Amino acid sequence: MPETPQRPASNLPPLSLHIPEPRYRPGDTPDFGDIEVPAVEAAPRPSEATKPDAMRELSYGLVRVLDFDGHAKGQWDPKLSPERLRTMLRNMMLTRAFDDRMFRAQRQGKTSFYMKCTGEEATSVASTMAIDRTDMVFPSYRQQGILITRDYPLIQMMNQIYSNRGDHLLGRQLPIMYSAPEHGFFSVSGNLATQYPQAVGWAMASASKGDSRIATVWCGEGSSAEGDFHSALTFATVYNAPVIFNVVNNQWAISSFSGFAGGERTTFAARAVGYGIAGLRIDGNDPLAVYAATQWAADRARTNNGPTLIEHFTYRSEGHSTSDDPSAYRAADEATAWPLGDPIARLRQHLETLGEWDAERHEAQARELDDLVKTTQKQSEKLGILGHGMHQPFETMFDDVFEELPWHLKEQCAQMLAEQEAKFGPNWKPE
Amino acid sequence: MMSAETQTATKTMNMIEAINSAMDVMLERDPNMVVMGEDVGFFGGVFRATAGLQKKHGKTRVFDTPINECGIIGVAVGMGAYGLRPVPEIQFADYIYPGLDQLVSEAARLRYRSAADFICPMTVRTPFGGGIFGGQTHSQSPESIMTHICGVKTVIPSNPYDAKGLLIAAIEDNDPVVFLEPKRIYNGPFSGYYDRPVEPWSKHDASAVPEDYYRIELGKAATVRAGEALTILVYGTMVHVTKTIVEEMGIDAEIIDLRTLLPLDIDAIEASVKKTGRCLIIHEATRTSGFGAELAALVQERCFYHLEAPVERVTGFDTPYPHSLEWAYFPGPVRIATALTKILKD
Repeated sequence: MPETPQRPASNLPPLSLHIPEPRYRPGDTPDFGDIEVPAVEAAPRPSEATKPDAMRELSYGLVRVLDFDGHAKGQWDPKLSPERLRTMLRNMMLTRAFDDRMFRAQRQGKTSFYMKCTGEEATSVASTMAIDRTDMVFPSYRQQGILITRDYPLIQMMNQIYSNRGDHLLGRQLPIMYSAPEHGFFSVSGNLATQYPQAVGWAMASASKGDSRIATVWCGEGSSAEGDFHSALTFATVYNAPVIFNVVNNQWAISSFSGFAGGERTTFAARAVGYGIAGLRIDGNDPLAVYAATQWAADRARTNNGPTLIEHFTYRSEGHSTSDDPSAYRAADEATAWPLGDPIARLRQHLETLGEWDAERHEAQARELDDLVKTTQKQSEKLGILGHGMHQPFETMFDDVFEELPWHLKEQCAQMLAEQEAKFGPNWKPE
Repeated sequence: MMSAETQTATKTMNMIEAINSAMDVMLERDPNMVVMGEDVGFFGGVFRATAGLQKKHGKTRVFDTPINECGIIGVAVGMGAYGLRPVPEIQFADYIYPGLDQLVSEAARLRYRSAADFICPMTVRTPFGGGIFGGQTHSQSPESIMTHICGVKTVIPSNPYDAKGLLIAAIEDNDPVVFLEPKRIYNGPFSGYYDRPVEPWSKHDASAVPEDYYRIELGKAATVRAGEALTILVYGTMVHVTKTIVEEMGIDAEIIDLRTLLPLDIDAIEASVKKTGRCLIIHEATRTSGFGAELAALVQERCFYHLEAPVERVTGFDTPYPHSLEWAYFPGPVRIATALTKILKD
C-alpha cells in the first residue's frame, strides 16, 4: 500500500469517501415520516403520446390512485369494474397463499430454495392485468404473480419448485426459475438484469415484423445497477422499442439498501430521463396505480410512442429468499412502518368502501385459496419432492445442451450412466 | 466437396466476398434472418463484410447498433426468442468480452435451462487474430474461451469456399454459433512471410465459390494435404502458414484443417494420428489453456500407443499481442520449422 501522500498546503478539507448506510439497522425503531407521499390528485396524467421531456416531473413524483381511506381518485383512476377489482384481489391473495405454503415447504426440507413476494403482489398482478394476454413478459425472479394472473397451473409451478417428475424443466433449474412460453412468460435466468436487453430484442423483433405485441421486463432497484440495464435502455431509446421497463424498488437487494444502487441521489424512474424515455414513479403498493401506469405505458408502446420505465416504489416485507435472515441486517418493524401500507389490505378496503366486498367474503376467499393451494400441493407431492432425491432419468442431464448430442457429450453420458450403475445397481429407476 | 445439387455458377471471391455472399443468400432465403452490429448497415462494416446488404434487404433486416456488445448479444437473444434468426457482428473478437455474460449465461444455456421452451439460433460473426498491426486490442484469438462454454459451437474457416458453406450452416443451426473469421486472410492466404507480397485469393482453388446456396456441415475437418510423416492439426490463418513451411521443408505431412473446434471432428484426428504416429498442433492464440492443450490431451488419450514422439504445440506466446513486435509473437516459419525438426528427429 502506498504511503499516504503529503497534502499540498491548502485550506480545503481532505477528500472523504462516502459509503452509503441505511437509516435503520436491527434494534432501531424505523420512522419513514420523511418519505414524501404526495396527494392522490397531485400527479397529472398526460396523453400517452407525450414527449418524455414534457413529463419529467412524473419520474420524481409518485403516481397514486387509492387514498388511505379506500377511495380511488384523480386522473389516473383506471375505473375498473368491481368484477375486475375482485379478480385482482383474488390473484394477489392467491399469490400470497402460494408463497406462504411454498416457503413452509422449503422450511420442511421439501425443496432447496424459495422466494416470496409478500408486499409486492400488486406490482406483478395488476401490471399483468393491464397488458394483453399475448404480450411477452421477461420476468426477474419475484414475479410469480404474473403466472398466477395468467392462470398458469399452480401444480406446474410446484412441480418446478420440487424438481419432481412433473417438472417440465427436468429438474435443471433452481426453484422458482419458471419458463412458460404458452403463457407469454420467458425463462427466468437467475442472472440479474440479463433479461433487460433480451426484452428489448423481443420488442424490436415484434416491431420489425409489424406485430402488435409488446414486451414487459422486470428487475429490482438493486440490479438496475447492472450494465445490462443500461444497455437495454440505450437500445430501447435508439430503436423506440415497444417495451415497458419495470423496476421494483422494494428498498432492499438482499442486505444492500437502495443507496447502493444510487437511490440516495435520485429516483430510479429518473434513470429514464437521461435516455429520453418516459418515466413514471408510482406507488407500487397501490394496485390501481400499478394498473393505470402499466395501461398508459402499454398504450404508448402499442402506438409506436416508445418505451416507458416504471419505478414501483414498494417494500420487500420478507427476506430476499429462504437463504437470508432479514433481522440480521435491517430493523424488524420496517414493513409495518412502511407508509404505503399493504397492497392486499388496500384493495380490500377499496372494495369494501365501494360496498362490493366484506369481511365475511374476504375470510371465505382466504380459506378457499388456502385449500386450493393445499390440495394442489398434495397432488404435486405425489410426483415427488426434491428432498427425496432425483426424479429425472439421468441421461436427461445431457439433453438440450445442443439440439443434437455431439460425440463428446455422448461419451460423457455413457460414463455418467456407468458411474450411476456402479453406485445404484442396474435396476435403479428415478423416483 | 460440392454435391450434385449444388453445382451452380461459381465466382472468384475472397473471404470477405464469400462471407458477404453467405449472408446475402440467407437473407434472401429466410425472412427471419437479421444482420446487426456496429457500422454494418449503410457503411457495410469496417471490413466490408456486410457491404450492400442493407441497401438490398432493407434497414429492418440489416442495421447499425449502439457500441454496446452486451446489448448486441442480449438483444439478439431476445430476437431469437421471438422467432428471428439473428446474425450479430462483433467488430473485433477482442470486443466480445463485454457481451460474454449474455453469451455464456444466456445464449448458450437458454435451450438447456428452459428444456427447449426457448432456443437461441444466433450466429455471432467476429474477425479475430493478428498479423495486421492491430495491437493488443485488435489481434486476439479467443477461440479456447468460446470452446469452454457449454452450449456454443465454435467455427473457424480458412478459405472463401469453406467460409461461405460453413457460415450458411452456422446460420441455419438452431444453437448459438461463434463464427471466428481470421482477418489476416480476408484478402489472400498468408504464407507466414510478412515481408513478402500477399498472394490474392484469386490464385487459390478455394476462391471459386458457388454464387448460390450450399452448406458445409459443422463438425467436419478437411484434409488440406494427405501425408505419412506426421499429422498437423491447425485452423484459420495458420493453415496457410503451415502449408507453406511444410512444402518448403519437403515434409510429407498430413495437414488437417479442423474448421469446427466444437463439435470437433475427433474421428478425422484419431484416424490421422494413428496412421502417422506423430502430432503437431499449431495455433496463433496464446499457449496456456489454449485449444492446443485440449487437442494434445485428446490425442494422448486416444492415440497414445500409436505415438512415436511427444505431441508438440506451436503457439503464440503468453503475452498480450504486441504492436511493433507482432512478428516476434506470431508463430511464424522459424517456430514451425523448429518444431517440425524436433518432432521428426526420432
